[in-house]
Amino acid sequence: METKQTLNNGAAAAAILAAGIGSFAFGAAVCLAQAVKAVGNFFTFSVAVGPLSGKTSVGIVVWVAAWLILGRMWKDRQVSLGKVFSLTLVLIALGLLATFPTFFDMF
Amino acid sequence: MSLTEREWWAVLHGMCLGALFLLAFSGVLIEFWTMRSNLVTAEGIRKSVRRAIVGTWVMAIVAWLTVITGTYIVYPWYRAKPPVQPAPTAAIVSPEKTDLAYYPKAYLVANPKTAQWHNFGMEWKEHIAWFSPILATAVAFVTSRYRQQIAYDNLLRWSLMTIFVISFAAAGVAGLFGAFITKAAPLY
Repeated sequence: METKQTLNNGAAAAAILAAGIGSFAFGAAVCLAQAVKAVGNFFTFSVAVGPLSGKTSVGIVVWVAAWLILGRMWKDRQVSLGKVFSLTLVLIALGLLATFPTFFDMF
Repeated sequence: MSLTEREWWAVLHGMCLGALFLLAFSGVLIEFWTMRSNLVTAEGIRKSVRRAIVGTWVMAIVAWLTVITGTYIVYPWYRAKPPVQPAPTAAIVSPEKTDLAYYPKAYLVANPKTAQWHNFGMEWKEHIAWFSPILATAVAFVTSRYRQQIAYDNLLRWSLMTIFVISFAAAGVAGLFGAFITKAAPLY
């Protein structure tokens, strides 16, 4: 008879929520760059690419940092995946909204 | 019958990498959909998980390559500014005009009928595309870490499928606008 070894869901929850946090951070960076000219200029890490280089870098750095921190915190824990997933969907939705031109052009 | 260097990069970015990501999606989604303990044997689940791991990692890597080549190689050519023209003087009766066809963004925004391809289409595409690799990587990681457990944990499986679909939808929007914009203002 086969025995199933069940892992705690903490690592999965950390990866899923971190993706949501990274998506939201990217969206926030897009709005911020649009609203504050100095931020837009600051985000121009590459002259050829323009502010997009900084906005994406911010999103990736926040995503990786969130993943590392949550991954360490929840490594051996069983968390409420339903709540984590719901929060992730909200964060992704906000990130998507923030990167929609009609929305970020309001700033 | 030939392509310029820029056209080759645009083909690699959109028609090779982007298309591969979009095409692979349905296969991997089917693996997740059928990966259910009440439908498939343990051996079937093991094989399905193996295919899902390979598929999700291929898609995550392809998504990263697509956005990186798009943002750092193709996009700078798209958004390059045409050289500033000298003001016409009596001595220069007809200054040489810049061919905007080599500057897709400038070409699009110069005409009110095509400006929205940049102001809405490209502005949306360049941003939404970046959601795809982030979300696809999370799905690939969880799939490789939890393997067969995904088949026994419906919430986890549905969470992964949902994030995977969002990742695909983001890539789909970016790919669709990429195709339209390339049609309206090709990169030479």
